[in-house]
Amino acid sequence: MAATEQTAALTPVLTKRWLSPKSWTLRTYEQLEGYTALRTALAAHPDQLIQLVKDSGLRGRGGAGFPTGMKWGFIPQNDGKPHYLVINADEGEPGTCKDVPLMMADPHSLIEGIIITAYAIRANFAAIYVRGEVLHCIRRLNAAVREAYQAGYLGKNILDSGFDLDVVVHAGAGAYICGEETALLDSLEGKRGQPRLKPPFPATAGLYASPTVVNNVETIASVPYIVNGGSDWFRSMGRDKSPGPKIYSLSGHVTRPGQYEAPMGSTLRDLLELAGGMKDGIPLKFWTPGGSSTPLFTAEHLDVPLDFEGAAQAGSMLGTTALQIFNETVSVPWAVMKWTQFYEHESCGKCTPCREGTYWLAQILERMVRGEGRPEDIDTLLDVCDNIFGRSFCALGDGAVSPIVSGIKYFRHEFLELCETNRANLADRAQQAEQRPVLAGANQ
Amino acid sequence: MTEASKVDEMGVGQGTDTTAADLTRFDQDTIDKAQQIIARYPRSRSALLPMLHLVQSVEGHVSQAGVAFCAAQLGLSTAEVSAVATFYTMYKRRPCGEHLVSVCTNTLCAALGGDAIYARLREHLGSDGRPLGHEETSGEPGQPGSITLEHAECLAACDLAPVLQVNYEFFDNQTPESALELVKALQRGERPAPTRGAPLTDFRQAELQLAGFFEGREADLDGPSAADETVRGARLAAERGWTAPPMPDDAQLPPVPEKK
Repeated sequence: MAATEQTAALTPVLTKRWLSPKSWTLRTYEQLEGYTALRTALAAHPDQLIQLVKDSGLRGRGGAGFPTGMKWGFIPQNDGKPHYLVINADEGEPGTCKDVPLMMADPHSLIEGIIITAYAIRANFAAIYVRGEVLHCIRRLNAAVREAYQAGYLGKNILDSGFDLDVVVHAGAGAYICGEETALLDSLEGKRGQPRLKPPFPATAGLYASPTVVNNVETIASVPYIVNGGSDWFRSMGRDKSPGPKIYSLSGHVTRPGQYEAPMGSTLRDLLELAGGMKDGIPLKFWTPGGSSTPLFTAEHLDVPLDFEGAAQAGSMLGTTALQIFNETVSVPWAVMKWTQFYEHESCGKCTPCREGTYWLAQILERMVRGEGRPEDIDTLLDVCDNIFGRSFCALGDGAVSPIVSGIKYFRHEFLELCETNRANLADRAQQAEQRPVLAGANQ
Repeated sequence: MTEASKVDEMGVGQGTDTTAADLTRFDQDTIDKAQQIIARYPRSRSALLPMLHLVQSVEGHVSQAGVAFCAAQLGLSTAEVSAVATFYTMYKRRPCGEHLVSVCTNTLCAALGGDAIYARLREHLGSDGRPLGHEETSGEPGQPGSITLEHAECLAACDLAPVLQVNYEFFDNQTPESALELVKALQRGERPAPTRGAPLTDFRQAELQLAGFFEGREADLDGPSAADETVRGARLAAERGWTAPPMPDDAQLPPVPEKK
């Protein structure tokens, strides 16, 4: 979509309040338009809110990009069952670091979004499932929930609307798989966090087998702004099919890493400029557009519009807009090995392709990085990946093969060089120490 | 660490008689808290994860007795509780030190020095020329200055890499040297302030907060949370006068859709 020429490079909406003193308190939040959208929403019919969010084009910010309003619309109404809203705050995709700062700095925006969403889908109980390792975030969320109860924004008959809502902050216990929505639901039910077979989808059989909406933190925190600004306002940022602002998290070898909230469809070239370019001027080698589960990009992809369509058309995914940026000093096989070790550790063990596949992938990559690889290992890696992708129970398996397949696609020569090194080592062990691959580990 | 203390105290796969587990370490206050956790949820079993955090606040890990305690509170079998307790990384199967130090060694942190930090701490905390291993403890567990070390997966602070945590409070932008100084200070009984988070307590008190109990620690809320990196975009926009498009004064909601 052709935006106006004067478009600002950054569009702080979700991050704007982060600069305010004690931004996490109810007092600050209320001084800055906080809980005004809630009053509008509670005066409306719930279906108007679902329609509003459909019209806004808001898509899930947790990685998959599913249209939020459509998800809400799937909840069957007048079915006599309790409905639930569950916030996926289990931020753990490598590179992703947007929801935790949001919840620390501005927890009430999430809570206001929760109340509006729960009212729209007719839920009277909501849970915020937040990963256990972020204690300060959990502290702030708990305090914000307490404040909201005291102010009458939560509990019985909220603002005299007749609507009741209870919210619980639920600390997880260290399992990446619980970011998968059905594993999260099992975990919230007090079980091992393993994904469920779909269908049935959570919209019909979610928490306690009742209709449930599971949404990401950034998604739900966007809702109050859409209520206040309207769908046209929201669509004035970003692109047609991926509207709105988005928090891009830049990390790694950039001069000024951090959180940059920009319109959907911004490019790495735009964002790098804001972040002061590559650190120490060392050129860009590879990057992830949305966490380690999204296929790698290279310097060729600096101008790819980072929205759901743009990233997909260029062969990757938008994911969580976690831009991990690596310069020329980092070995691709080493980075891929590290990520693969992560997936091996976090595979829940439920399905064979993922449990066994990630185990063997890690072994092969470790061998290669040690300098004991063979060229045919590359084919073995791709073959194992082929047997995981699309054949696993949930998306963790698909994510696990992303760095490997894309790493080999763009940097096959580096994998081969490791094997060459091995051959040379075997030929002349005496020189082994000097011929250690300089790229075997970064900064070491 | 003695061989005896290396035994998996959850008793998984050992066929031990859990009815004999000593539950006396869980006093009335802990039982009350367990019941308060249950009351938060529509169904009691949802209380299991926070209840296991509560158990760790008492024991410094989850023992067989801790498993039996949760089972008794929730009307579950010990097998059901063990299955859950052993699934999650944060439930420790051996007694932890006064402090838990978690070093992120996922790819990005590792590339920026996380691996070197972890190696330095392993070496420092090890003994007899052997580096300390993952989830092993230097010192007598629970005693002042004792430290359990682990490598952690991505801690959602990548813009502040490399990061580590002490009792789940963030220490950002670390180096092997700064991390070593931090750990030495912890061993001396000092409690350096985290970059983001509340003043340090110890592992058990952090676990109590994870279970949802914050009494008397309201001041913790004001611990710093926003690093320069966190607000970089917002600050840059403010400096340059960049804003989101203004909201209309009269944004309208769509009409109630007709039922199909």
